[in-house]
Amino acid sequence: MAIIYIDGKPLETQDGQNLLEACIELGLNVPYFCWHPALGSVGACRQCAVKQYRDENDKQGRLVMSCMTLVTDGMRISVDESESKDFRANIIDWMMTNHPHDCPVCDEGGECHLQDMTLMTGHNYRTYRFKKKTYVNQNLGPFINHEMNRCIQCYRCVRYYKDYAGGHDLDAFASHNHVYFGRHEDGVLESEFSGNLVEVCPTGVFTDKTLKEHFTRRWDYTTAPSVCVHCALGCNITPGERYGKLRRIRNRYNRSVNGYFLCDRGRYGYEFVNSDKRPKAPLKRQMIDGKPVHVPMTRDEALSEIGKFFSNGSKAIGIGSPRASLEANFALRALVGAENFYLGLSKADGKLLSAVLEIVLSGPARQPSLGELKDHDAVLILGEDMTNVAPIAALNIRQSVNNQPRANAKAMGIPEWNDLPVRRAMDTDRGPLFIASVAPTRLDDVATQTFHATPDGIASLGFAIANFIDPQSPAANVSGEVRALAQQIATALQSAQKPLVVSGPSCRSEAVIQAAANIAWALCRKAKPAGIYFAAPESNSVGLGLFGGANIENAAEALRKGGADTLVVLENDLYRRVPAALVDELLSLAKHVLVVDHQYSATAQKAEYVLPGATFAEGDGTLVNNIGRAQRMMQVFNPEGEITESWRWLRRLRAASGKGREDEWISFDSFLHALVAEIPAFSHILDAAPTAAFRVGGLKIPRQSHRYSGRTAMKANVAVSETGVTADPDSPMSFSMEGFSMMTPAALMSSFWTPGWNSAQSITRFQEEVNGPLEGGDPGVRLIEPQPDSAVPYFDAVETNESHDAAWTALPLYHIYGSEELSASSPAVAELSPKPYAMLHSDDARARGLLDGDAVTVKIDGQEISTSLKTNDTMARGVVCLPAGLEDAPYIEFPAAAEILRSVTS
Amino acid sequence: MLSDALKREIESHIHEPEHRAAACTEALRIVQRERGWIDDESIRDIAEFLTMTPHELDGVATFFNLIHRRPVGRNVIRICSSVSCWVLGYDKLRDALQKKLEIKPGQTTADQRFTLIPNQCLGCCDHGPALMVNGDLHRDVDPDRLDDVLNRYA
Ligand code: SF4
Ligand code: SF4
Ligand code: FES
Repeated sequence: MAIIYIDGKPLETQDGQNLLEACIELGLNVPYFCWHPALGSVGACRQCAVKQYRDENDKQGRLVMSCMTLVTDGMRISVDESESKDFRANIIDWMMTNHPHDCPVCDEGGECHLQDMTLMTGHNYRTYRFKKKTYVNQNLGPFINHEMNRCIQCYRCVRYYKDYAGGHDLDAFASHNHVYFGRHEDGVLESEFSGNLVEVCPTGVFTDKTLKEHFTRRWDYTTAPSVCVHCALGCNITPGERYGKLRRIRNRYNRSVNGYFLCDRGRYGYEFVNSDKRPKAPLKRQMIDGKPVHVPMTRDEALSEIGKFFSNGSKAIGIGSPRASLEANFALRALVGAENFYLGLSKADGKLLSAVLEIVLSGPARQPSLGELKDHDAVLILGEDMTNVAPIAALNIRQSVNNQPRANAKAMGIPEWNDLPVRRAMDTDRGPLFIASVAPTRLDDVATQTFHATPDGIASLGFAIANFIDPQSPAANVSGEVRALAQQIATALQSAQKPLVVSGPSCRSEAVIQAAANIAWALCRKAKPAGIYFAAPESNSVGLGLFGGANIENAAEALRKGGADTLVVLENDLYRRVPAALVDELLSLAKHVLVVDHQYSATAQKAEYVLPGATFAEGDGTLVNNIGRAQRMMQVFNPEGEITESWRWLRRLRAASGKGREDEWISFDSFLHALVAEIPAFSHILDAAPTAAFRVGGLKIPRQSHRYSGRTAMKANVAVSETGVTADPDSPMSFSMEGFSMMTPAALMSSFWTPGWNSAQSITRFQEEVNGPLEGGDPGVRLIEPQPDSAVPYFDAVETNESHDAAWTALPLYHIYGSEELSASSPAVAELSPKPYAMLHSDDARARGLLDGDAVTVKIDGQEISTSLKTNDTMARGVVCLPAGLEDAPYIEFPAAAEILRSVTS
Repeated sequence: MLSDALKREIESHIHEPEHRAAACTEALRIVQRERGWIDDESIRDIAEFLTMTPHELDGVATFFNLIHRRPVGRNVIRICSSVSCWVLGYDKLRDALQKKLEIKPGQTTADQRFTLIPNQCLGCCDHGPALMVNGDLHRDVDPDRLDDVLNRYA
């Protein structure tokens, strides 16, 4: 702790901070541009100048950049002193010489840090009267709009993009008064994290291109705290709605999860919500002109007609979903009965998920939070391309390689926030990161060592590493070369302070997952606080897994046995999970098929009935992320037509069937209590957010800002009288501007605003300290904790079977754009999803007389897939990789035996 | 494509294998010496040779005004536009040059003989106005006697 005097007042600050951070924590208004809490200080913009005095007799003082000045006990500074004030106003004046002053047509307007800082410094009149520079803007792809004229040369964009996110295709060009930030030539930004430029750039140079199509000013959104549904990490988001359309996704800070950043799938995958293909009313299939057609029906018709199928004495099979909330899955389970509830995963997927859950529930290794990944100082990844599967985890692991070199910089006496000298001291040094995978990954550029092999090969490496760390752990039969690598990795993990083992299901191999567990457990048993971190496939995979239950194949068996007439499929396109023939069989075995979903999926299209479910933006629910963190998503807006949460539809059916009471589970909270009572594993989800009864000063928390415009007129095309405010019985939030918007608990915070701070930078006003938790604690609860003294035995090593028969092993490669069902239908994401391909090692291809680009046919399980060949010089041998989950691609159960033939061209 | 000779010469400026990019300014200078200017293809080739991306290298190339990212004439005139030369008659000299060559700063004459580029300080503030043609520094240039300077360059 250090006491410093600011304008004569003694104030408490933290040691080792810079003065700007101290001022921010004290709530003072010191303007700044180039400093960013995640990027540190470089002293580039000169905006944060304050006066520093030698002692109390020094009346003169000198200007210092607060972001570059270390706080020392007893130091005396002034923020209010007139020379520093003039200096700050002048800086803005100069920065703005070339700025176009085009706020009214700028998408940043109203949430612009430059506007805020300009006002803060009191620079009210332009003095520059000459011609301004104009720049040519670039087309940077579907995500980011570029408007270079608005640049103030703070360098945040390139520092974020290159230094933090590891990109290589955005840079600063030219010099003095014509510095340009962009690419060498037009083209799609390569980084999977480019969307953060929108929030990092303090002005309107980089803005959200998808938002441009349906632009809305910051104060005109309806927002609520929500959770990204496009992978299992559960990044916290603030979706914004107006006129019934979801318009954009912004980051919602949570130190324990995503911090300041989102990936581009999470930011730009939202437009599936606005799709006009979605069912908006209950649908019933009828034959019209000999063709099956879905025709809308009313809610009452649907409930009375469908409700009958569930009345006492009849049996229904329910298939849940890893992309549906806990509540939705529970409601289905309650409707059909626990014994008739199936998880909605294939047998193979279920097995991989159970393998992970068994490890994290019974083992001694702790799963770090997503945010904590940054703190590890030696990382081993077994079998995952994290960037494509768990993007923000990859971004955080990328930061982890700086920890060991940063420690060196610290030992040299360089404060951590002093970014340039720290980076100079780190130079090209990187901490240990080892990646074993089937094919190259997007983190390879910072890896100490990569190793490409079949899943069995990866598992064997893993078992060998564990055996080096703890000889009690079963040994694997590996070659001398692999043994040497295993030893190198074991040593690196053992000599780290906080080693981390990362794995997941992407290799489709239980052995890989178990090898990861052995390594982490071996470290724990050697008294290293090792972390274990598993990627999971979907937004609620782990939540679904915690229910426990059988898989889709079992559901088919149950239907085959007879006795069940009805099949209910919850938010699940079965055609993406098991072979089409099995789905066809399932759908034909049941007399009645009901799908509850927000997507008009291939499965829904074949159903007799479809009930229109709500997306994440249109309903409340709880998701459990990959490490078992339960997080609440609050409804953002009221959807069109009969769309409502799946759990509510299922509750209504339960009441209609006579199984439940009409007045039962009307409110979200009562429903949650029923869930928790039935499944104690979920008891802590009640703490994920305050109940609907929560009030601040007797008032609800508004979803709209106090500046929300046009309320009396926005629906005038329908009726001239102002429409009433919809009540929200499910949460303490209101669908209006009214309420109390301050002192909001973090779990209910969606809009971070305080007078004078309208931009994304306002977040520092809501953190307990710079980069700290949100005031009152970060939202979300951990449902899974390790068993430190667990004596759970090690897993047996795999027998590697390297026999090379004629068949190839087909394995999936996941793509951030295209492999995930929901985001893939959003146009901007779809634009970047890959064309189908089959990828082979170049030597494997050459041995078969095949070349990159050749048209080939891949035969798997009797299916013939015509595609184009890609070759790679380093991937595993004997393996053919196919992109996973692309739209319109046939389902393949990986790993699969495949044949590859040159396509016959006619 | 970089010729083997060029590659060898660039290679001789690489002192630490993990810092190949540190030779980028030398590489740009060498390639420009051979080609007169740095075109996009050169950017891509040099970048690849130094394990940089074209974006990173172009950031360096555009930073220095001695590196040309557009074609230049056979001779490059850099006229000093810094404050000392301005006091000593930069405006007149520039106007005379523009009139004589019929080009503006940044342009090249139709016969490809001269390119005119303003340059902040040539380091002879005591002998302004100054200009530099290719490698030759001309001091105390009299705008009325420009031909004496220009005639030396074909
Ligand atoms: S583009 Fe934005 S972030 Fe980049 S230097 Fe300019 S103002 Fe700063
Ligand atoms: S990393 Fe996953 S949860 Fe986070 S923004 Fe991206 S898709 Fe969403
Ligand atoms: S914030 Fe301190 S110089 Fe930019």
